[in-house]
Amino acid sequence: MTDFTQSYTAPRRSFGQLALRWLLFALLGLFALFYLMPLFVMVTTSLKSLEEIRTGSLVALPRDVTFEAWSTAWSGTCTGVKCEGLRPYFWNSVLMTVPAVFLATLLGAVNGYVIAQWRFKGANLIFAMMLFGCFIPFQVVLLPMARSLGILGLAGSIPGLIFVHVIYGIGFTTLFFRNYYVTIPAELTKAAKVDGAGFFRIFWSIFLPLSLPIVVVTVIWQFTNIWNDFLFGVSFSQAGTQPVTVALNNIVNSTTGVKEYNVDMAAAIIAALPTLLVYVVAGKYFIRGLTAGSVKG
Amino acid sequence: MTEWLERHVPKMVLAPSFVAVLIFVYGFIIWTGWVSLTRSKLMPKYEIKGFIQYDRLFASPRWDTAMDNLFIFGGLFIGISLILGLFLAILLDQKIRAEGALRTIYLYPMALSMIVTGTAWKWIMNPGLGIEATVRSWGFESFTFNWITDPNMAIYAVVIAAVWQASGFVMALFLAGLRSVDEEIIKAAQVDGIPTWRIYSAIIIPSMAPIFLSAFIVLAHLAIKSFDLVIALTGGGPGYATDLPATYMYAMAFSRGDIGQAASSAMVMMGVVFTIVVPYLYSELRAKHD
Repeated sequence: MTDFTQSYTAPRRSFGQLALRWLLFALLGLFALFYLMPLFVMVTTSLKSLEEIRTGSLVALPRDVTFEAWSTAWSGTCTGVKCEGLRPYFWNSVLMTVPAVFLATLLGAVNGYVIAQWRFKGANLIFAMMLFGCFIPFQVVLLPMARSLGILGLAGSIPGLIFVHVIYGIGFTTLFFRNYYVTIPAELTKAAKVDGAGFFRIFWSIFLPLSLPIVVVTVIWQFTNIWNDFLFGVSFSQAGTQPVTVALNNIVNSTTGVKEYNVDMAAAIIAALPTLLVYVVAGKYFIRGLTAGSVKG
Repeated sequence: MTEWLERHVPKMVLAPSFVAVLIFVYGFIIWTGWVSLTRSKLMPKYEIKGFIQYDRLFASPRWDTAMDNLFIFGGLFIGISLILGLFLAILLDQKIRAEGALRTIYLYPMALSMIVTGTAWKWIMNPGLGIEATVRSWGFESFTFNWITDPNMAIYAVVIAAVWQASGFVMALFLAGLRSVDEEIIKAAQVDGIPTWRIYSAIIIPSMAPIFLSAFIVLAHLAIKSFDLVIALTGGGPGYATDLPATYMYAMAFSRGDIGQAASSAMVMMGVVFTIVVPYLYSELRAKHD
């Protein structure tokens, strides 16, 4: 008993423990620097003139801050033949992402509701088949999809890209909503049915109002994936309909003219801003989506 | 009639998505598999000729490089991300005051497009103006860091950028796992005077086996599909030193006009994904039903 009280009155931390604590903070700080360094370099480079980039150091702060690279990246730099900056492609991405996210989320909500609450024979098999679709390497569908978009008259168009993103998004959105709705007791649906409410009525008045958190998670997940997509963008677009990621890659890897590293970095930040913003504002939901997307079943 | 409708509405609501998945996932896989058995070049042909495309594929030195790269890149990327992620999670689990801010910093790369990541690291690793030039300007004249232009090292440059992007995500997974370990067991072990490192190595980490598995699956999946990062960082080069199966497939499909090769390489990629994901999905779905 005396031993017990003594261990509490003894000094809280020995010298060794204190040293360990400092080591811990030093390590955490070093890793923070590792993760922040590329962002720091991108921002500082984008604010320098080309002259300063050539003569100065990668990690130095800009001597004369200039936003010229930003305005060039936004509305002047060349992607292939056209020189109108990233702006039109940024809007292409907006036009592609917003409807694709909305449709995939809506379909996922309804599908998840059916699979979780209106079980019928074969529903689990259908769910497993949809889930499997999340995992295929998309290379395996690129060729037939290119041909199908041609047949549907959607080749190289933004509606075509929306279509592709919705099709390959419903697997994940269905998974998210199904896993969320499964936790809602089936008695709720049963009671509503006894009261005479139908399929859509129950969805609209009971499930949808409960769904805000999972809607946020799904929208963020879909938004990040579709905005950041490159494979579908580069495969199914043509000059003028490319999303921002494809345009960024064209700018950075263009071999003509003087390499403007400051413009490259400004363009990269512009392309990254929407998803970064979402991450900063709603990081909690972003993480939830990531973990929900990896811990399945 | 209305009763029939009422009974079948759920199925009818699910039907369009199901049909879409049936056609655009399973139908398309069959189409690609079929075409991989033909002599298709610029246009698909449907007359089956056997496994010639696969023979060509496995005889191609470029494909050899791509598969070697996949194993080098995949192995290092998965291994380092798992170790670093676990390490960071354990560090962050020591009741740090700034935990929230640090977590945000470690994880933000995951919100970026791989094209952005590739662009940033391409600039940082640029031998003439990036890290190499900077360290040289500090007085270390002979310092070299030209991995990105060295055919033997370029794939490791891709690993660095990929680890930077994904390790924070592994950290988040492990941190969630650490937090879900039963506090009582840890307290009991502490009372018994078991040192902290033993508590981690003997109690906490073994209990997180399922998280290791999930993280491995996600990382393996990312590695096999990696395409954007290589395109943005090295363009598959120098030469085709950093080609991966995904970039090989793309080159065959869209710049070489060799649809047969594209289809057969896509099917091999699919096979690799299958052998990893199917047992996992099967066990996950089974576990839920038992």
